Amino acid sequence: MAGKEAAIACFHCGTACVAGRHARGGREFCCSGCQTVFELLSEAGLDRYYELGDGVRARVDAASSVESFRFLDTPEVRGRFVDFEDGQVTRVTFQLPNIHCLACVWLLENLFRLQPGIGKSTVHFPRKQAVITFDPRVTKLSDVATLLDSLGYPPELRLSDLEKPPVNPATRRMWLQTGIAGFAFGNTMLFSISIYLGLDAFSGPSFLRMFGVLSLLLSIPVITISAREYWEASLRALKHRQIPIEVPIAFGIVAIWGQSVWEVLSGTGEGYFDSLAGLLFFLNIGRIFQQKTFDRLAFDRDYRSFFPLSVMRRRGESEERVALAQIAVGDRLVIRHGELLPADARLLGGAAMIDYSFVTGESEPVAKTAGEVLHAGGRQQGGAIEVETVKAVNQGYLTDLWNQEAFRKTKDNTFGTLTNTYSRRFTWIILGIAVAAALGWMPFDPSRGLKAFISVLIVACPCALALAAPFTLGSAMRVLARRRIFLRNPEVIETLAQVDAVVFDKTGTLTSSGTGDVRWSSADRGELTAEEAAAVRAVAVQSTHPLARRVSDALAEMGLARVEVADFREVAGCGVEGRVDGRRWRLGSPAWLRQGGVEVRESVAPGSRVAVEVDGESRGEFTVGGEVRPETDALLKALGGRYELALLSGDNERERERFAGLFGNAAKLHFNQGPLHKLGFIRDLQKAGRRVLMAGDGLNDAGALRQADVGVAVTEDVASFSPASDVILQAGEVPRIAAILDFSRRVVRVVRISFLVSTAYNVVGLAIAASGKLSPIVCAVLMPLSSVSVVLVACGLTEWVGRRAGVAGRVISSTAVHSVPMEAKKP
Amino acid sequence: MSVLLILIPLSLVVAALFLGAFIWAVRAGQYEDTCTPSMRVLADDGTVRGPKSEGFENQPARTR
Repeated sequence: MAGKEAAIACFHCGTACVAGRHARGGREFCCSGCQTVFELLSEAGLDRYYELGDGVRARVDAASSVESFRFLDTPEVRGRFVDFEDGQVTRVTFQLPNIHCLACVWLLENLFRLQPGIGKSTVHFPRKQAVITFDPRVTKLSDVATLLDSLGYPPELRLSDLEKPPVNPATRRMWLQTGIAGFAFGNTMLFSISIYLGLDAFSGPSFLRMFGVLSLLLSIPVITISAREYWEASLRALKHRQIPIEVPIAFGIVAIWGQSVWEVLSGTGEGYFDSLAGLLFFLNIGRIFQQKTFDRLAFDRDYRSFFPLSVMRRRGESEERVALAQIAVGDRLVIRHGELLPADARLLGGAAMIDYSFVTGESEPVAKTAGEVLHAGGRQQGGAIEVETVKAVNQGYLTDLWNQEAFRKTKDNTFGTLTNTYSRRFTWIILGIAVAAALGWMPFDPSRGLKAFISVLIVACPCALALAAPFTLGSAMRVLARRRIFLRNPEVIETLAQVDAVVFDKTGTLTSSGTGDVRWSSADRGELTAEEAAAVRAVAVQSTHPLARRVSDALAEMGLARVEVADFREVAGCGVEGRVDGRRWRLGSPAWLRQGGVEVRESVAPGSRVAVEVDGESRGEFTVGGEVRPETDALLKALGGRYELALLSGDNERERERFAGLFGNAAKLHFNQGPLHKLGFIRDLQKAGRRVLMAGDGLNDAGALRQADVGVAVTEDVASFSPASDVILQAGEVPRIAAILDFSRRVVRVVRISFLVSTAYNVVGLAIAASGKLSPIVCAVLMPLSSVSVVLVACGLTEWVGRRAGVAGRVISSTAVHSVPMEAKKP
Repeated sequence: MSVLLILIPLSLVVAALFLGAFIWAVRAGQYEDTCTPSMRVLADDGTVRGPKSEGFENQPARTR
């Protein structure tokens, strides 16, 4: 229905809206929720919210009532969420996925002006968290949560949050280690420079001695604190009989420090303490850089993250909100529209329309009758239903699925990373050269032989080598993150570069589930008139069925008048009917209308159909896509030459023809695939020696995503949805998969180039060292120079390569993140 | 020149004080989030007074 333009945009969220329906102070709003937020803010003098930030605000359809957060006040749940409490002050940390700009930070930190009892609130932007303090005597935890929800920041309350304490990243230790190394580096350098410049020539040996001893003292915290990771990693490596990059570095550190201590104590020189501290300073900066790059996303959430925290339990005539963990078998639960079934349960009453898209991938809700067992993970659409649990929460169908061995996979042992493969060879070569140099000098000058041996180990310390991969892969991750493509860790890029088979899921990946066109077609009676469209919309808007919603949303864009509906009736799984201005309208599946004796044509068009009937006669039908994303054609063409392609779909064969055309003849297309089929298919490919990338969405693909060498989770909402996967990709970026793969291959090449650069420095250094004449000043210049230049080469080339591969640049509009209807986030 | 023998260790002591300040800052959580403060200052209009800090330990004091 893209004919007419949207008339007016909501002042709060920008959604198209009907003029005059919700207006206040000359501003138009799409719904009462948005209007309420505006009034709330302007009364509290917080209008600045609308001036700050990027202008993207989440739509506040209808805020949840305080009842739905009441469970937060029960002692068990409350105790898990609250960080601190002393009777006068309570401090709580909320996860608020909708935090995205300056205005959010400002508003949330001014919460105290909106509700009495709230004290200081502090936002942690990268983690999308708000730490809120409040007075428990004045306001309750549930009130705070309700306020946040009504402002368009629904707190994400996850079951998994209840089970494990939030992980505190080890960044503090990293900062301390870096700071100590930097402190020692700067001060030792001051001493060393005066020595290099010839201070001892006129001041005598006493200064030399003092500087030596002070440097030695400064180096002790460096060795014990800043270098701790290298000792630990080397010990681990000894146990596992591997040689990761930490081992040669640890060798180098021992060699430098041992030689320096000996020189200072014996009075024969001033040592290499400045180089040592500098080395660890750079290495630690590299680690911080790496840590910061992937600090933002928690990838290892499991399906429980999607489950609600609480559910309505019915006891006799009364209802109460209870935490999920308290539910026992035999409890009667009330599941409202949009809520997930937390456990397998038997339907007692109500019109159940269960959407199993998490489990089977089918987006069409299934009608169930009383007595049937509903599986955990299904989402109720429509009115409230009453169920009786038959299994405890942790024994549901999904848990069984998840606990199968096939779904478990550790990805750690796949293969050695680039750096470690290189470092293994490197370590043996260096040891070889060191021994050769020592043996070479032995016959002529034994002391020089020893010096050459140690010098080689010092110079060869692969500091630059250790920095090359983290900085290249780290900046590659940043380049991708700017396009809203997030990787689990840098090693994923190496795996991406080796992929040779690409498997796609259909729904939500190649086809967009929420944005396809809604098209009207009619055999003989033409377009809908404005009155007819208004009537159809009025009937459709009453239903919560996804297809009805899509139809009513599409019609809403036309800015129609509002009309009253009488005698509304919804037949679960079939359609809706209602009377407008004396005419009876029926909207629903063609089969349902045919049952009523109406002639409905057969259709070959892809997509779901909503047939429309008025007063017993067919009027036409809407076709709701399931549109294939634009650029899919180009994507498949770009991939076709290099990769083996396959399509796995939970849907039926209806669209085989269409995808056969897109994928070409060589590709395998499989329909009616369940989670285990998909998993098996990936495993077969891997047995045939393929490295597989699987792109899919939803929990139903989780097993396949895990099994694949690279699992790409395609999501409409990066912030709040992330099943176990290696890559999280915003849905609109799917056509870029070819570019991402291309980029990864280029990045791996950049890493190799950086290795070459650092090796070149090592060759120069080794030539000097093997001659047994390494002076501290050469060492002090060579080491930082090699580290810094490798970092520059790595970052610069990566950025350039990103531009070449077409993945650089920023996604300017972030609206897609917030286009998800709010109820989808509040199971 | 021999006064340097005292002055240099003294300079180290001063430097160590700064290191101590840095360690305190890290421990106090100032490096937990280096992003939000940079945004906060842009939104600060200077007219709003925040509520008094409750003085929890491990929580950075916010200056307005």
